[in-house]
Amino acid sequence: MLKEKFHNIFMLSNEEKKAILKEKNNYEDSRASSIEALKIVQKNRGWVSKQAIYAISKILEMSASDLEEVATFYSQIFRRPVGRNVIRYCDSVVCYMHGCENIRACLENKLNIVIGETTRDFRFTLLPICCLGNCDKAPTLMINDNIYSRLTLKTVVELLELYQ
Amino acid sequence: MSVKKILLTSETHPLTWWLNDNKGVIWIEEYKKKGGYLAFKKAIETIEPSKIIDIIKCSGLKGRGGAGFSTGVKWSLMSQNNSSSMRYLLCNADEMEPGTYKDKFLIERIPHQLLEGILISSLALRVRKSYIFLRYEYVNAERILIRAINEAKKHGYIGNNVLRSGLDFEIILHSGAGRYICGEETALINSLEGKRANPRFKPPFPALVGVWGKPTCVNNVETLSNVPSIILHGVEWYKSLSKSVDSGTKIMGFSGKVKNPGLWELPFGTTAREILEDYAGGMHDGLTLKAWQPGGASTDFLTSEHIDVPMDFFSVQNAGSRLGTALAMAIDNNANMVSLVRNIEEFFSRESCGWCTPCRDGLPWIVSILRSLERKQGRKHDIETLEQLCHQLGPGKTFCAHAPGAVAPLKSAIKYFRMEFECGVELSSVIDVKLIENVSSYNEILDKVEYDNKFKSKYD
Ligand code: SF4
Ligand code: FES
Repeated sequence: MLKEKFHNIFMLSNEEKKAILKEKNNYEDSRASSIEALKIVQKNRGWVSKQAIYAISKILEMSASDLEEVATFYSQIFRRPVGRNVIRYCDSVVCYMHGCENIRACLENKLNIVIGETTRDFRFTLLPICCLGNCDKAPTLMINDNIYSRLTLKTVVELLELYQ
Repeated sequence: MSVKKILLTSETHPLTWWLNDNKGVIWIEEYKKKGGYLAFKKAIETIEPSKIIDIIKCSGLKGRGGAGFSTGVKWSLMSQNNSSSMRYLLCNADEMEPGTYKDKFLIERIPHQLLEGILISSLALRVRKSYIFLRYEYVNAERILIRAINEAKKHGYIGNNVLRSGLDFEIILHSGAGRYICGEETALINSLEGKRANPRFKPPFPALVGVWGKPTCVNNVETLSNVPSIILHGVEWYKSLSKSVDSGTKIMGFSGKVKNPGLWELPFGTTAREILEDYAGGMHDGLTLKAWQPGGASTDFLTSEHIDVPMDFFSVQNAGSRLGTALAMAIDNNANMVSLVRNIEEFFSRESCGWCTPCRDGLPWIVSILRSLERKQGRKHDIETLEQLCHQLGPGKTFCAHAPGAVAPLKSAIKYFRMEFECGVELSSVIDVKLIENVSSYNEILDKVEYDNKFKSKYD
């Protein structure tokens, strides 16, 4: 909630604006840069607040509800604060055969949260993801932009230590 | 482990012979040294756009995204429409089918082959601006593509007045934000336009009304990657690569509990057994093959009896499934089909775009029944309900192919392994649950249930 208040005085930074306007040039219609714009803001701030939606919709000249519709559809746009590190573990069928459910259980246990939640200290958010195209090295997961494969319960626990 | 070594040569492996043993990326210098961009040069200097389309049509190249539609025919639909000044080529790199990793492999190892393919196709289709729609999570592929596009710009293959032809080409990398449905051709277009990725009604087909209402051609990464070598070496050569009616080679592979999971470029018509045993090294010790999916999570299961099927569009369909992406998955004898299918259905249910009711509501229903069967708490007519749902979500009942793709594995699993589903209904009343927890293989339970069922019917 504190975060929400903070974002009441939301303003896009100049860099964000510049990056969004640059994206706009790639498309015939500015709406097409909406997903990229949401990602630009999310990259900076971790998530996309309601105020951010208003700010982005103005610069893209589209209605805020249209943008909201897009933002809520795509699974990698976060509408709530997430942890500093986002763990996406692959729960698709090949990883499933290689025991990804044990890995999920291990993560849930270790972090004391369930799928979809964020730890209290905002260190981790745990999310499922579909096949990361790493099936020949299953099971696999992604922490922020890094992919780890051939996981074991032991390596998963060790991995967490790398992310503060 | 006796794994077949393949000798990668340009005569037999148009897509992969460029690769190094060190698993590095083939950047532009190396690509050009090995003859890269020669096909583009040849096409732009000596071949009429309509002739390129003819060549691709004659080559028999079929779309590698899963549906297997003739690429040349798709292209010719585009070229007939000259009314609009703008037209687009959209490269579908939104690879998210569980069990599939071929596009990622091609982009990460040899990105210029794809770029060259896009350029030649753009030439043929009179397209000046193409988009590569890359899935969000492929961060590594994104880095590689950005660099490759810049390299191609520096070397004058992308930009203004390319190779002094007077033509301008632009390739723009667009990355998504998650959701499997974006891989569907028309959903991909909606997503590119910055909308929800709901599929669009066809007709009109994208070839007439696509991105921003302009003629658009959507092709998969692997399809486009095949184009340069066809232009360079010709139709007859390309056809001669194959062992079956489908021309050329295909990236195929096996994942699952096999010794050496991976992918290989192989001629169409190579049998699944050959891939599984000679390349993937067979099943892990102590395991046997129970079932397999030929090409991703949306293809019907086949059993070990079908393992000699040649991997091509027709033969796999004849065996009762689809070639799909040809990246097969092996399921071992210890796997519980109900749980496995539950996992697959959860995926499809989560990824439904929600546009039509049967898919949006039917898939979660399927998941919930499977969950109860998995817990051995199924109710009497659960399997019949599942069968009805398979019918209600089958081809022609929903707006797009997501739902029929989702029920294909379920339907085939019930067909081949009905007994395992029945276990979920009857087990609690038939045998002691404690006993189940102690058995090492699922087949043991089946033996037990079979025995008990027989026993029971006698006294019913
Ligand atoms: S079948 Fe499913 S994915 Fe396709 S349009 Fe309907 S709801 Fe969307
Ligand atoms: S199923 Fe997990 S990476 Fe493919």
